[in-house]
Amino acid sequence: MSDSRQSVGLGELSRKVGSVLERYSRDASQLVAILQDIQVEYNWLPKEALEEVSQELGIPLSRVFSVATFFRAFSLRPRGRHLIHVCLGTACHVRGAPRILEQIERQLGIRPGEMTEDLQFSLETVNCVGACALGPVVIVDGDYHGQMTPDRVKEILKKYSKERLGDEAEVG
Amino acid sequence: MVTLRIDGQEVKAREGSTVLEAAQEAGIYIPALCHHESVSPYGACRLCSVEVLRGGRSRVVAACLYPVEEGLEVWTNTERIIEIRRTLMELLLARCPGVKAIQELARQLGVEKTELSQEAEDCILCALCVRVCEEVVGLSALSLVNRGTKRRVATPFFEEPGNCIGCGSCAYICPTGAISMEDVGDTRIIRRWGGEARFKLKKCKVCGYYFAPEIQLEYIRKKAGLPEDYFDVCPNCRE
Amino acid sequence: MKLKSAKELEELRSRIIKERDPQKPSIAVCSGTGCHAWGCAEVTAAFKEELQRQGLDGQVTVKTTGCHGFCERGPLVVIYPQRIFYQRVKPQDVPEIVSKTILQNELIDRLLYTDPSTGQKIAYEHEVPFYKRQKRLVFGSNGLIDPQSIEDYFAIGGYAALAKALFELTSEQVLDEVKRSGLRGRGGGGFPTGRKWETCRNAPGEVKYVICNCDEGDPGAYMDRSLMEGNPHLVLEGMVIGAYAIGAHEGYIYVRNEYPLAVRNAQRAIEQAEEYGLLGEDILGSGFDFSVRINRGGGAFVCGESTALMASLEGRPGEPRAKYIHTAEKGLWNRPTNLNNVETWANVPGIILKGADWYRGLGTEGSKGTKIFSLVGKVNNTGLVEVPMGMTLREIIFDIGGGIRGGRKFKAVQTGGPSGGVIPEEFLDLPVDFDELTKVGSMMGSGGMIVMDEKTCMVDVARYFLGFLEEESCGKCVPCREGIKHMREILTRICEGRGKESDLELLERLSATLADASLCALGSTAPNPVLTTLHYFRDEYEAHIKEKRCPAGVCKELINYYVIEEKCPGCGLCVKNCPTEAIIFKGKKKPVEIDYGKCIKCGTCYDVCRLGAIEVR
Repeated sequence: MSDSRQSVGLGELSRKVGSVLERYSRDASQLVAILQDIQVEYNWLPKEALEEVSQELGIPLSRVFSVATFFRAFSLRPRGRHLIHVCLGTACHVRGAPRILEQIERQLGIRPGEMTEDLQFSLETVNCVGACALGPVVIVDGDYHGQMTPDRVKEILKKYSKERLGDEAEVG
Repeated sequence: MVTLRIDGQEVKAREGSTVLEAAQEAGIYIPALCHHESVSPYGACRLCSVEVLRGGRSRVVAACLYPVEEGLEVWTNTERIIEIRRTLMELLLARCPGVKAIQELARQLGVEKTELSQEAEDCILCALCVRVCEEVVGLSALSLVNRGTKRRVATPFFEEPGNCIGCGSCAYICPTGAISMEDVGDTRIIRRWGGEARFKLKKCKVCGYYFAPEIQLEYIRKKAGLPEDYFDVCPNCRE
Repeated sequence: MKLKSAKELEELRSRIIKERDPQKPSIAVCSGTGCHAWGCAEVTAAFKEELQRQGLDGQVTVKTTGCHGFCERGPLVVIYPQRIFYQRVKPQDVPEIVSKTILQNELIDRLLYTDPSTGQKIAYEHEVPFYKRQKRLVFGSNGLIDPQSIEDYFAIGGYAALAKALFELTSEQVLDEVKRSGLRGRGGGGFPTGRKWETCRNAPGEVKYVICNCDEGDPGAYMDRSLMEGNPHLVLEGMVIGAYAIGAHEGYIYVRNEYPLAVRNAQRAIEQAEEYGLLGEDILGSGFDFSVRINRGGGAFVCGESTALMASLEGRPGEPRAKYIHTAEKGLWNRPTNLNNVETWANVPGIILKGADWYRGLGTEGSKGTKIFSLVGKVNNTGLVEVPMGMTLREIIFDIGGGIRGGRKFKAVQTGGPSGGVIPEEFLDLPVDFDELTKVGSMMGSGGMIVMDEKTCMVDVARYFLGFLEEESCGKCVPCREGIKHMREILTRICEGRGKESDLELLERLSATLADASLCALGSTAPNPVLTTLHYFRDEYEAHIKEKRCPAGVCKELINYYVIEEKCPGCGLCVKNCPTEAIIFKGKKKPVEIDYGKCIKCGTCYDVCRLGAIEVR
């Protein structure tokens, strides 16, 4: 098993996971925080990372997998470059959040938990972010967009796609 | 020892034991699906719900987890409890309509059918398999995965066999047959959740019988520090 | 810079206060999450830039503060020392504010709050009706401090309560004071705090823990977020005092993953408190050790339940366990653990400083002190309000909340989150406290108050809550996992016009089993929204079932959108925005036509039409 660890890419993974583990003093009770930090590194939780955590901390892989699948914050699949969170809390719900979600689904052609084919957008729902006075709220990459209406969805999505095109233009 | 009353009957129980244990020892029947003496109690099926009276207040609790106390009054068959059990069986029947053990228990508790929408599951998520693998075998090859209605038992990443050694404890303890085991020739097949894991069985040098998965024997051998050829002969022939 | 005595703390405090000129002009920009969404960061940047441009940056302070609570009107700016209150401030307004208000003490009318009942413009924060009727004992400091500055907290008297507890009172006396105060848990349970502390203190075991539950999950409630973001030191101070009373030396603050700013500010507060010797070893030279760490949630409402929270802290999935033995005796790692809500901890310093008798002077017989509520939904003044226990729903919703928005009619207020229920108009004069709302089937809960008008469908509300709980259920026990699923299915059928007469009885039967047999409070209180909506609005359920009609005009399968021909000038705005091209343009000055074969009832046309020419029924 240790031979496969040396194959391409996994050496770096070992290093990254290792430094996260050190940050938490290799304390297995900090499993949730450890997985959160690993997810910040990769934007998702690769299987190899979970295996590494299990091995290094000496906890059964089944428990790591249990924790990774229990909490909504974790994604076991790669996520898009831009993360869209639609708040479905009660205050947002009575102000029409489901229609906003539907509009986004229509525009991007994906449902919550999925990613667009061009890998740009991932869509998730979240149960109340605490910005209830501004409902309905949609958060894209940590930017809060309040008082959303279905007709504003297109322009906001365009804003983030445009930024990507902007980056590439600079690099290219 | 503490003295409590169950259904009006005086029962003596060891301190630190649960109401279910006390009832079982006294020969009083309380249904329970997720309970087994070899593993710690879990309190998931809620069928063992009973009413306890304490300081004039009545409360519905899970007997498999509720600790006995001096002077406790327990009622196992009140209307409230019977109603709870019936609804619980309806919910289980709706989830696993094809499982014989559920049908029988339902019938026993007075439920023939249910109007609730049906699924076609055979696992009731009692987690006996998970507990036996963790507490008795010490491997934790299985765990509860996902949350809510998506919850299921699985090996890590749903890949078989994971670190399962094919001992079959999970199949043995499963109350619904959602996990089953079959030895065919030199192979053991464990079927669970639509998948299967196959294990090569060890052949006894003396009688030629395929008696246990090689990987299980290796696990035991290493753990107990036994010599390499220890399991070349099956337990029967060793005697 | 570790402070080694109460005296050193007071000396530092005097120094800080002396360095601050209360007459010096200061601009406080509310910087809670809500105002961030309104764009307060740009407003702050604009102020800094403008002050520099005008050469005033040495003479005027700009302070980013915690949430002020009047979230409806953000971005909020308060100018000191006059306490002039500006609302809905944009970056473009900033140069004028500096030139007129800062330099010439002139008010800018358009930025002032207008009282809708009198039409009057109100200049000062303390006169704004939204604030005037509140009693902001716990929350009020938010507007005065930069949460990232411990010096600000010192300046308003911070950590004086801790010094008093450590040096003037024994740990028993501290516990006694909290017990006598009548403080009850603010997280929803309402359990007497002092009693919980006492159980934990008396439980056998050397190692004990205190936990701050900031896993505020009730959708629509964000009091804890604003407290943790806006005044983390207040919460910390409460925790150290509690730990001292109980005999705990380790603490945890469990913050929802969805509150990144709260995590950041709390982390910074801990670091600063440690620097000053207010956390860690030998606090203020008292010999008492206490350290605290922050753990983030992983996105699970059920982790607001104390045993699930502790499981998560132990690195396991957030599955609750039976509480036949209290967590105060056997909690985290099976050790005595005292868990309290953010707001509960935040109440403690005030009680220690001003005494239990003072605290008992506020509130009702059974519920002492004040409570912070999040007033949201169809109300005019959405935001966070802190009032003494016992104020009526009517006062909160109408006097402070400004009544129903859009001139609509009050239908119900939902309190207590997914564990609570709806309260109809007939009970608007009920005083709000731990016990009164329970009498009518709901509960005060953690403080969420969601106001609903006649355009809110009660059956849809019940379905919504069950859908929420279905997703958040841990899945361990049969009644919750299976029962909620079926209840939600039944409600969905009813909302879609496929309800049966027998459904209501089935809902009631499932509700009884969930209430009795569930493992934890998520399951046992799940029926409450259904039962209360059924009890007070049965006619709506029956309309859905018998007439396939949604009186509130919400349930998609039962409604349609119609063009009001007299009002439609054929501008074509709806045509352009319709996602399925279901609206046919008939030419200018002619009303449009909806092709019902293509209409998916998304409601976009209703939203975009500025002339009210689309109706829904």
